[in-house]
Amino acid sequence: MRNFFNFLLRQYFFFLFLILEVISFIFIVQNNYYQKSSFINTTNDISGNILTTLNNVSQYFSLKNANRKLSEENAILLTESKKYFIKADNRIYFHDDTLYKQQYEFVSAKVIRNSTNNRNNYLTLDKGSNQGIRVDMGVITSAGIVGIVKEVSPNFSSVISVLNKETKISAKVKKNGHLGTVIWKGGDYRFGLLIDIPTHVKPVLGDTIITSGFSNSFPEGIMIGTIADFRIEKGDNFYTITIKFSTDFNSISYAYIIKNFMKDELDKLNKNNPND
Amino acid sequence: MINQITRNIIRLVFLVFFQVAILNNIQLGGYINPFLYVLFILMLPFETPKWLLLISSFLLGISVDMFSDTMGIHAAACVFMAFCRPAVLNLVSSRQDYEPGFQPTIRDFGFKWFFSYSLILVIAHHILLFYLEVFSFSEFFQTLLRAVLSIIFTMLLLILSQYVMYRPKK
Repeated sequence: MRNFFNFLLRQYFFFLFLILEVISFIFIVQNNYYQKSSFINTTNDISGNILTTLNNVSQYFSLKNANRKLSEENAILLTESKKYFIKADNRIYFHDDTLYKQQYEFVSAKVIRNSTNNRNNYLTLDKGSNQGIRVDMGVITSAGIVGIVKEVSPNFSSVISVLNKETKISAKVKKNGHLGTVIWKGGDYRFGLLIDIPTHVKPVLGDTIITSGFSNSFPEGIMIGTIADFRIEKGDNFYTITIKFSTDFNSISYAYIIKNFMKDELDKLNKNNPND
Repeated sequence: MINQITRNIIRLVFLVFFQVAILNNIQLGGYINPFLYVLFILMLPFETPKWLLLISSFLLGISVDMFSDTMGIHAAACVFMAFCRPAVLNLVSSRQDYEPGFQPTIRDFGFKWFFSYSLILVIAHHILLFYLEVFSFSEFFQTLLRAVLSIIFTMLLLILSQYVMYRPKK
């Protein structure tokens, strides 16, 4: 026994190395496989607050861009506003009677951290469970899709970007409704891949790709991108389509988190489905 | 000795801040992300006890992880790099012995020594870091390309920082 302890003491450098590596790997694996809230990420109070302070400085550099995007979005909303429509006949429509039930609510949030140059990218937003944000909510900008909320703390939330190995977004071609999946293979942050489109469908360059609405995180019809290139890999029954993201991931300063009021109901229904 | 400790703590805080606030936001073609913060491990004094070397590298990695949502991969890579450091120091030993008072800088040991010393350790750190991030060998060559490009930029920054902070003796 004493020899054993002597051995441990003599080799303590190696064993300490092993212990610290094992701790690191536990953190890594925990992050990869569980939706477990752990303390080493940007949603905790210390790093969240420091990043907010840093962002308060750096946001001035992107103000011009942010303003331009906001005014573009305002223009679109104004054109859709009821005020600017001419009444076609004298019938009265009640917009907010019991026929309409609100399904989605959009919460505006500031992006305090973002990256596009890693293989797995994440964003941190300055809204958390205190503002009603929960895991699995979708995140978009006015230009298009951004990601899905992965972890929330009281005041911050961590978002898995579309630019991540883990992300798979259910998508469809707007023109003909064929379903596929959007993934990202690393490299250029402006381009992603649309897979699982069968070969009998003829893709056209420039076709719009939108969300299918089949996942409970995103409503149908949120813009993802446009077709930039397509080909069939040898021996494959599906197209591999390169799409150009409509969101410029490198310059996101504000984003919207989507609350789906029917999500619980849908989740409960889908849980009973054994094939899912 | 106290002076050494405070100096190293200040260096740690500064390098983490610099990495998180500036270098992590640099975009070079979607591939390259220099990790200058490893300078801390390179610059620890020779007489640092081995356990302190590992523990402080672990703390360095964890604090970078905390700010970049990478959850342990920087910590794992840093600890590995620190583990390699004593062996690499033996490997590249120059005519002078590593006496207390000397620092592992270009000023004290010359360009060639510092270059080989830091290159071996940076390669160990970056290769582990990039493959841990992908967590599979399915994109082997793409990951290798990213790692090599980042190694080049990290080395450039390391050598640049040496000339900015420590003027070589004439």
